[in-house]
Amino acid sequence: MSTINYSDVEKQFETLQVLNTDGEIVNKDAVPDLSDEQLTELMRRMVYTRIWDQRAISLNRQGRLGFYAPVAGQEASMLASQFALEKEDWLLPSYRDIPQLVFHGLPLTKAFLYSRGHFVGGQIPDDVHALMPQIIIAAQCTQAAGVALGLKKRGKKNIALTYFGDGATSQGDFYEGINYAGAYNVPAVFISQNNHFAISVPVEKQTKAKTLAQKAIAAGINGIQVDGMDPLAVYAATKTARENAVAGEGPTLIETLTYRYGPHTMAGDDPTRYRTEELDNEWELKDPLIRFRKYLEGKNLWSKDEEEKTVEQAKEDIKAAIKEADQTPKQKVTDLINIMNEQLPNNLREQLEEYREKESK
Amino acid sequence: MAQMTMAQAITDALRTQLKNDDNVVIFGEDVGQNGGVYRVTEGLQAEFGEERVFDTPLAESGIGGLALGLTLNGFRPVMEIQFFGFVFEAMDAVVSQIARLRYRSGGKHGAPVVVRSPFGGGVKTPELHADSLEGLFAQSPGLKVVIPSNPYDAKGLLISAIKDNDPVIFLEHMKLYFSFRDEVPEGEYTVEIGKANIVREGTDVTIITYGAMVQTSLKAADKLAEEGINAEVIDLRTVSPIDVDTIVESIKKTNRAVVVQEAQKQAGIAATVVAEINDRAILDLEAPVGRVTAPDTVFPYAAAEEVWLPNDKDIVEKVKEIVNF
Ligand SMILES: Cc1ncc(C[n+]2csc(CCOP(=O)(O)OP(=O)(O)O)c2C)c(N)n1
Ligand SMILES: [Mg+2]
Repeated sequence: MSTINYSDVEKQFETLQVLNTDGEIVNKDAVPDLSDEQLTELMRRMVYTRIWDQRAISLNRQGRLGFYAPVAGQEASMLASQFALEKEDWLLPSYRDIPQLVFHGLPLTKAFLYSRGHFVGGQIPDDVHALMPQIIIAAQCTQAAGVALGLKKRGKKNIALTYFGDGATSQGDFYEGINYAGAYNVPAVFISQNNHFAISVPVEKQTKAKTLAQKAIAAGINGIQVDGMDPLAVYAATKTARENAVAGEGPTLIETLTYRYGPHTMAGDDPTRYRTEELDNEWELKDPLIRFRKYLEGKNLWSKDEEEKTVEQAKEDIKAAIKEADQTPKQKVTDLINIMNEQLPNNLREQLEEYREKESK
Repeated sequence: MAQMTMAQAITDALRTQLKNDDNVVIFGEDVGQNGGVYRVTEGLQAEFGEERVFDTPLAESGIGGLALGLTLNGFRPVMEIQFFGFVFEAMDAVVSQIARLRYRSGGKHGAPVVVRSPFGGGVKTPELHADSLEGLFAQSPGLKVVIPSNPYDAKGLLISAIKDNDPVIFLEHMKLYFSFRDEVPEGEYTVEIGKANIVREGTDVTIITYGAMVQTSLKAADKLAEEGINAEVIDLRTVSPIDVDTIVESIKKTNRAVVVQEAQKQAGIAATVVAEINDRAILDLEAPVGRVTAPDTVFPYAAAEEVWLPNDKDIVEKVKEIVNF
C-alpha cells in the first residue's frame, strides 16, 4: 500500500518571490509586465493607504471613526492584487479589505460611513462591482463561487475575487467555496491573506498543513503561495490567476504571506498579549513600501517629491471625506425600517408610523 | 465576599468549576492565551493548562461538534462563541445536534454542554455581534436559555449551567460586563435555572424583563415612583423555560403587566410571556399586557443604536398607558 507522503505535497508550494527585501529582482521570469506609469501608480496607492491607515487609527482614537481593522503591513497583499483586476471584475472583501474596495471605486466617504455604522456606507455605487465588507468569517467564499458562476452563465469575461484571512481557511465556508468553484469550474480567485494571526491565534494552530495554498489540491483547483510583502509577486500571481480564470482554466487559491503591524481592530485588541517584539521587527524588515520604493528609485520612477505629494493628497482626501461624512444626515430608525423590504410588511408599516411620530418630537 | 463586575464573576464561576470538576473543559476562539476578546477567560489557561482551556481553529460549527463529541468521553464542555451573531455558523451543531442528543439516544445520553456568548446592544459593535437571538434558541426544544442581569446571578447561574446534564445557552450582555459591581461569594454556589427573581417589589404594575433591560426597567420604575406609580420588576433570568408561577403570582397582586425586551418585537420572548399570561391570568388583568421592544429591523448599524434600543422613557410611557387604561 502506498499513501502520499505529505512532505511531497508541501514541496510543491514554494513561496513565489520576485522582489527581495532590498528591492532587487530575484526571479526574472516572474517579473510582471507593468508599465512605468503602472508601477508608480501602485506605489502611490501603497503610500496613500499607509497614510490613510495612520489617519484612520488616530481618528478612531478621537472617536471620529467607528469600527476599523488596521492594514499597515498588508499593502502589497491588498493593493497589488486588486491592481490586477479589471473595472468589471467583482470584489468580495472582508472587513479589513477596505483599501481594495476604495481603489475598486467605492468613495472614501462611504468607507468612513461604513466604519461609523451608517447605512449609506453600505450603498455601493452601481458601477462598482463589489459587495459590502463581510463580517462573518469566510461567508464571502461561497458567495464568490456564486458570483463567478453567474459571470460564467452570462458569458462575461470577468472574475470574482474574494479576500479573507488565514483563520478564515478553517471555516466550512472556505472549503465549500473553493470546492464549488472547482466543481463548476468558474472564474473565481480566492486570496487568503495569511497575516499569521486570527486575532490572537497563530496560523500554526489553525491547521497542521504547512501552507494554506495546498488546500487547493483537495478542491482540484490551482494554488500558489506568494511573498505577500512583495507587490510584484502578488501582482504576478493574481494576474495569472485572473487570466486562467477568464480562459476557463479554473479557479485559483492564492496565499499571500504577510503581517499586520497594528492591532486586529481598534476595539481593544492588544497584540503584545500574543506576539513578540522580535516577530514584529522581523516582519517590518520585509516592509512592502520600503522594498518597492528602493526598486522604483533604482529605476528613477520614485522620488521624495513624489512621496510627499502622495502623502499630501492622502491627507487632503481624508479630510474632505470626513467632512462629507460629517455632513451626511444622521440615520434614523425610520431609515432603517425603510430599507428592510421592498414593500413594507404590516408590522413594519405600523412601526414606521410609530417611529415617525417619535422622531418628530 | 469580593466586589466583582459581571465579567469577573463569570471568570470566577469558570475558575471554580475548573477546580471542582476535572471534566470541565473550556474552548473557543482566542479563549486561551488571549483570555477571550472580553478577557472573560483571562488567566484560566495559565492556571489550568492548555489541556483544560484551549483555542480552537476559527470555525464555530467545529466548536459545536467538538463539544458534542467530548461529552461522549464524559467531559463537560463550556464552549465559547466569540459573539453570539456567529452562532449561526454553529446552528446545526447546537440546535440540530447538541439539543437533540438526549432525544435521539432515546433519553440515554444528555449533552452537558454550556454555550457561553456575549451579545447585546449599546456598545457599538459591527454587525452580527450585538443581536438578541435568544428567541431562536428558546424556540428550540432541548435547550435552556439563561441571561443574567448582574454579577451575583451570573456566577450562580453559570455554575448551575455547568452542573446541568442538559445543554444550556448562557448569554452575557456586553453592556453589563463592566458597568457595575456586586458582592459575589467565593467558591461554589448556584442560582436555580428556570427561576425568576423579583428585583423590585411593587403594587401597581408588573414589569417583566431580563438581561440589560433589568437595569433600564429599574430606572423606569424609579421615575414611575416619582409619579406615584409603584412598579414591581421581575428579572426572568432564564428565558427558556419561563418561570410562569412568579409572573402569575405578581399579576394577581398588581393586575397589570408590561413585558420589556431588547430584542425585536416579532416572535420573541415577550410574545411568549404575553401568551403565558393570557393562558393563566387573563381574568386577573385590568388592562391589556403592554410590550416594549425594539422595532422589527435587523439590529441597527452602530450610528443608530441609541434610538433603536428601548429605553427607560419608552418603558415609562408604556406603563402609564397600561396603568391609565
Ligand atoms: C463567523 C465568525 N466567527 C468569528 C468572528 C470574530 N472574528 C473576527 S476577525 C477574526 C479573526 C480572523 O482572522 P483571519 O481570518 O486570519 O483574518 P485577519 O483578521 O487576520 O485579517 C475573528 C475570530 C467573526 N467575525 N465571524
Ligand atoms: Mg489573519
